[in-house]
Amino acid sequence: MWVYTVKRLLAGVITVWFIATATFIAMHMVPGDPLMNDKAVSAEIRRNLEQKYGLDKSVPEQYVIYLGNMLQGDFGISFTQQNRRVNDIIRDHFPVSASLGLLAIFFAATGGVLWGAITAVYRNRMPDIIIMFLVILGISVPSFVFAALGQLMLVNINSMLGQSLIPVAGWGTFAHMLMPSLVLGLGTMAFLTRLMRSSMLEVVNEDYIKTARAKGLSPVRIFFRHQLRNAILPVVTVLGPSIAAITTGGFVVELVFAIPGLGRYFVQAVQQLDYTVIMGTTVFYGAFLVFMVIIVDILYGFIDPRVRLE
Amino acid sequence: MRWSLAAVLLLLVQITQAQVDATSVDFDSQTITIALTQEPPQLNGMKATDQVSILILSHVMEGLVRYDRRGNIVPGVATRWELDDKTATFWLRENARWSDGSSVTAHDFVFAWQNALAPATASEYAFILYPLKNAEAINRGEMDPSLLGVFAEDDRTLRIEFDRPTGYFVKLTAFTTYFPVNKDFFELKGDRFAADASDLIYNGPFKLTEWTHSASLKMVKNDYYWDKDSINLNTIKADYITADTRARLNLFIDGKIVHTRLDGETYKDALTQRFRIRRFTTGSVFFLEYNHREERVTRNLNLRKAIQYVFDPNEMVNKVLATPGNLPGMSLFPVWLNGVEDKFRREYPAPQTEVDIGKANQYLDAAKRELNLDSIPPLVLLVSDSPTAAKQAEYLQGLLKAKLDLDIKIDVQTFKQRLAKMTSGDFDMVNAGWGPDFDDVMTFGDLFASWNMNNRGRYNNPEYDSLVRIAMNSSVPKVRMDAMGEIQKIIHNDSVVLAQYEQGVIYLMHPKLKGVVRRVVGADPDYTYARVVK
Repeated sequence: MWVYTVKRLLAGVITVWFIATATFIAMHMVPGDPLMNDKAVSAEIRRNLEQKYGLDKSVPEQYVIYLGNMLQGDFGISFTQQNRRVNDIIRDHFPVSASLGLLAIFFAATGGVLWGAITAVYRNRMPDIIIMFLVILGISVPSFVFAALGQLMLVNINSMLGQSLIPVAGWGTFAHMLMPSLVLGLGTMAFLTRLMRSSMLEVVNEDYIKTARAKGLSPVRIFFRHQLRNAILPVVTVLGPSIAAITTGGFVVELVFAIPGLGRYFVQAVQQLDYTVIMGTTVFYGAFLVFMVIIVDILYGFIDPRVRLE
Repeated sequence: MRWSLAAVLLLLVQITQAQVDATSVDFDSQTITIALTQEPPQLNGMKATDQVSILILSHVMEGLVRYDRRGNIVPGVATRWELDDKTATFWLRENARWSDGSSVTAHDFVFAWQNALAPATASEYAFILYPLKNAEAINRGEMDPSLLGVFAEDDRTLRIEFDRPTGYFVKLTAFTTYFPVNKDFFELKGDRFAADASDLIYNGPFKLTEWTHSASLKMVKNDYYWDKDSINLNTIKADYITADTRARLNLFIDGKIVHTRLDGETYKDALTQRFRIRRFTTGSVFFLEYNHREERVTRNLNLRKAIQYVFDPNEMVNKVLATPGNLPGMSLFPVWLNGVEDKFRREYPAPQTEVDIGKANQYLDAAKRELNLDSIPPLVLLVSDSPTAAKQAEYLQGLLKAKLDLDIKIDVQTFKQRLAKMTSGDFDMVNAGWGPDFDDVMTFGDLFASWNMNNRGRYNNPEYDSLVRIAMNSSVPKVRMDAMGEIQKIIHNDSVVLAQYEQGVIYLMHPKLKGVVRRVVGADPDYTYARVVK
């Protein structure tokens, strides 16, 4: 078991190194100049900026320095916010994205399991057709549309009630999280619904369900005790990567709902060619994703001995 | 079961808590809530360049002078001043204090200005200090910052020496780069200076008490401010930070923020909500900038003239931009600039171009003859990647094809790459703009001087340069304005750039909030003297 775990971890480190290298190369290939702004600056000021960010050195040298700093856990200083360290940015804003993501996953998982189970039970009947239609909408409509619609809905509800029941945007209380996390989780919810539906359909025809029915158990009991419990496993499997995907994919939702998450930094850094923030957030998110996958892998090892032998 | 019930109850409690959140204005506590378009990237006044940082800084800091409600220069930290062609002296008030209670002294200004010019600071706005003696040399690293022409004679007297007469110098000192910095505090904080609310001390009407990055800022009335009796607001909360105009409109509709700017899309929704829509001219001018480099066809005057004679700025404003507030571009110098006694544009009316397709085609034929070309090769029009920019570019493309049979290749680039291409000269035409840095014609006038690094089309005209020098080296308003009037003519006759529009914005403001000032230079909107009415 130990050997297996160490192997997985080693593979993870190599993956992260690869992500860092690929991002570094891609970033330097993007045209544009990170130090250039609306107002032109003198050659001297430019030299000083280049020195401050180490851009006066050759790209391979920069790469070596960068990897060295990264090993010490130092991602450097942001280009756009010149008195903030990238480490501070990640520390301040990742928890926001993470808590939003966790609530989104909660909505997605409960919703996905519930709707999926219902569609399977009512296969090819009205509830199934309606829900599956909504699922296709949920998968194909981009999240910024849902974000805008969701916000508009809140505005209308609040103006109808004459008071702000649920805040339209902002951050701070649990109520602020409700709509954005629902919107953020919609895509995953739709995906999990389909997954749950197919796995549930397999279970429905199993012998032990027939036995249960023959025993005269109530349909509700069969549903919860025998069908749901057995069908839910594949859903649990994809939850790990989904958590990573959701906590990293919230840029639009964060923008629309004015949420101070890391997703905004992630995207804006690319737009503004903020080298250190691009590298910091990409490597951090990459490592996070790899870590989630490794945890799932290791858990498999515990659950299923066959995995270890391979 | 009992636990889940408790969880639901807890949730409900939290939801109702959100309900008691104050609305955007509160009369009793004189509190307002605003939204920012982005997190202020730089609250170190010596280095700040962007709108949001300048907005915050102008509320929490104060320079030697400041702007009052009507936009006039009034005493700030300085009570009075004297100015001639070579020197200036400012006398500072006794009761100017930092938010830790210590005095604001002349040394704080000397330190800030020297430090802003030091090459190691790498301030992009250093150029605004260039009227000071030796400033440019210090900024280039050729001289030690201690040789800068600013001296603290004592704690309350600041003496300044100039490189050249600068009649508008007093106005400059209202700008963020000229704000004082307490040396001891700066050195105490080191790298962390201005990184958080506690990493700054304040000498303005407000002080920053909370700053949650990317989420919210809170400004509270500064009890140490010498003129605190003129300040009505107790608290300005910036509780929302988002660039999304629709989200901000939704917040405004929900009564959460006092002000939001509208764009082409949200404008229509604001109309249906029956809000009172206000307009304001930002003071920026947008123009088509040509590449005047040797190898470019746009260097040919007749070709530029041909384009000038088919372009109608009124059509650009009314049909293409199609939001209220913008003014048709007639000149590089916007209408708000002051001249000798009246507005500059009233004293020196902008030369007009009447659209004349026949004349335009004559110019085009002349251009082809001079360039020895049967037809003009496709011209590259460089634009940024915003929806409005695309709309403008497509309009020009259609116009030039229809009227002159010119082919335009639109080159859409991200912000940074557009700048890189502008700087390296990889374009024929570019949709560009310029916002004023200070309140004087020079902020526009020297833009196309051969030495100006923002002259990215590399226009080079000795006559233009000498006019800029005349205006720079004189302190007589009439002489300076005459020179600028000539420059306005050159820009028209030589078709240096093609003015398209003066930018206007439309916005919503809470009707119970009075006294908010909109400014073309400095903090905009300025809430300093605002008050909430019943």
